[in-house]
Amino acid sequence: MLTEKTLEKIKQIQKNYHSKKSAVMGALMAVQRDSGNNLTREDMDAVAKILDVNPVEIHAVAGFYTMYNWKKPVGRHHIQVCWNLSCSLLGAEHLISHMEKTLGITLGETTPDSMFTLTTAECLGSCGTAPMMQIGDDYYEDLTVEKVDKILADLRARS
Amino acid sequence: MEKILLKNIDKPEAYKLENYVANGGYKSIRKALEMEPDHIIQMVKDSNLRGRGGAGFPAGLKWSFIPKDPTLQKYLCCNADEGEPGTFKDRAIMDKDPHLLLEGMMITCYAIGASIGYVYIRGEFEYGASMLEAAIDEAYEKGFLGKDIFGSDFSLDLYVHRGAGAYICGEETALLESLEGGRGQPRKKPPFPALAGLYAKPTVINNVETLGCIPAILEKGPEWFKAIGPEKSPGTRICGVSGHVKKPGLYELPMGVPLRELIFDHCGGMRGNKPLKAVIPGGVSAPMLVEADIDTPMDFDSMAAKGTMLGSSAVIVMEEGTCMVKVAYITSRFFSHESCGKCTPCREGTSWQTRVLHRIEHGEGRPGDVELLESLCENIFGRTFCPLGDGAVMALRGALKHFKEEFVYHIQHKKCMVDS
Repeated sequence: MLTEKTLEKIKQIQKNYHSKKSAVMGALMAVQRDSGNNLTREDMDAVAKILDVNPVEIHAVAGFYTMYNWKKPVGRHHIQVCWNLSCSLLGAEHLISHMEKTLGITLGETTPDSMFTLTTAECLGSCGTAPMMQIGDDYYEDLTVEKVDKILADLRARS
Repeated sequence: MEKILLKNIDKPEAYKLENYVANGGYKSIRKALEMEPDHIIQMVKDSNLRGRGGAGFPAGLKWSFIPKDPTLQKYLCCNADEGEPGTFKDRAIMDKDPHLLLEGMMITCYAIGASIGYVYIRGEFEYGASMLEAAIDEAYEKGFLGKDIFGSDFSLDLYVHRGAGAYICGEETALLESLEGGRGQPRKKPPFPALAGLYAKPTVINNVETLGCIPAILEKGPEWFKAIGPEKSPGTRICGVSGHVKKPGLYELPMGVPLRELIFDHCGGMRGNKPLKAVIPGGVSAPMLVEADIDTPMDFDSMAAKGTMLGSSAVIVMEEGTCMVKVAYITSRFFSHESCGKCTPCREGTSWQTRVLHRIEHGEGRPGDVELLESLCENIFGRTFCPLGDGAVMALRGALKHFKEEFVYHIQHKKCMVDS
């Protein structure tokens, strides 16, 4: 069930376009953000109804873009470590294995307390400050193992 | 040297409209609105401004393809789907000086007769998207956007459209598909977007950095712009340097500065003073160069003459000891991950290429794998729907051209030739 708040956001997004279908991406993201960063089949179908688009087309869009989390639920903090070339040259793999060890999970998994999901990302456009990662909307740059430990501890303390 | 694009970036709160105006902003749009649109297109043509997204297509020429029929709805789409690995220049403009982009878009919209413009920004850049939206809101409040802007009879609406994670949406027709709410898969060309683009209406798609040059060209004239750097590839360029240099970051320099000057003067040289092994001059799609090539000037034509490309001028520097099999694997993995799946040579070819590179990198290479890679390149290049497949091939061919012996060694000895 979409909340009033989400429905209002979708209404606002629609104003940016002449075509209802153009609001699909923004609507899906609004729904995801208001649903703990996850997208369910039911919510996708609700978006289809609002925007008057065939549900299949909505599923196709959700399946095409990497930022829609519908395959399996992600945790409260979604860690995406860039492992493209610039970050890899400066030690991204080392950071990834360090985080796997610290969090006790492997890439693609979520901690049992649903606090962290650890995945990789392909170039997040922050190459001059490599290695870097994105957690939620925030960028963390010029990373070292010590910095990563502190970031994770701070997020845990905040939650 | 006078900066055009990053001139405000270090000034305090440069993102605010009042500060942009105090720094001399929004003068060019006022000037533009008193000119004939065709005159502006001619100015941009005369300036020889070439697209900063990667392809280097002349911007003024692109604009001139838009039909003059005033009854047709036209659109401008700013391509802010910055995703070419190594590239982080457009993000800086949007995060820190969003009004520069907005002014560039306003002038462009007026010149081509568009009353609606979209910034298509990659979804990961949530900060940049929110900065742009705040700047757009400010512009509306001041009457710089909306009905009859700056007291003229020109009306303009600008919107931000967020992507959601897909490199291919930087390809202009895939971007349009995505803006229309679909999967970002490239369209058949022709028709080109200038005739049938967004919602099948005439559309110009320009990169952030390209649009960022427009206010300065209006203010100071095409001759001034053309005098910076080589005449056929003029202006300044934001070079984004990453990898094994002492001072990675963004450097706005005249076009045509040699790679050596960029790396050793501006970036302080190699980290730990190790020898330079290879450098990618324009994002990972651009074939790599080696130490012997680094006196090549960084402009579109000089790089093309060296068999590579200036692309997005994302310079990735690699020191001695970097394993080129691993570099090739990482790059190939990226392209196969980002292949949109529309055409077979790219969808199947890039993932096959990645599987072969993966096994070589992990000590499981088989005799004949290098030849297999070369034959895959042959069967992908020039046979794909859009340039993504070509990018995957160019990157791999660049590595094989200079470092084939490393691939052979990896296969024979099941380990790295270099001591990384």
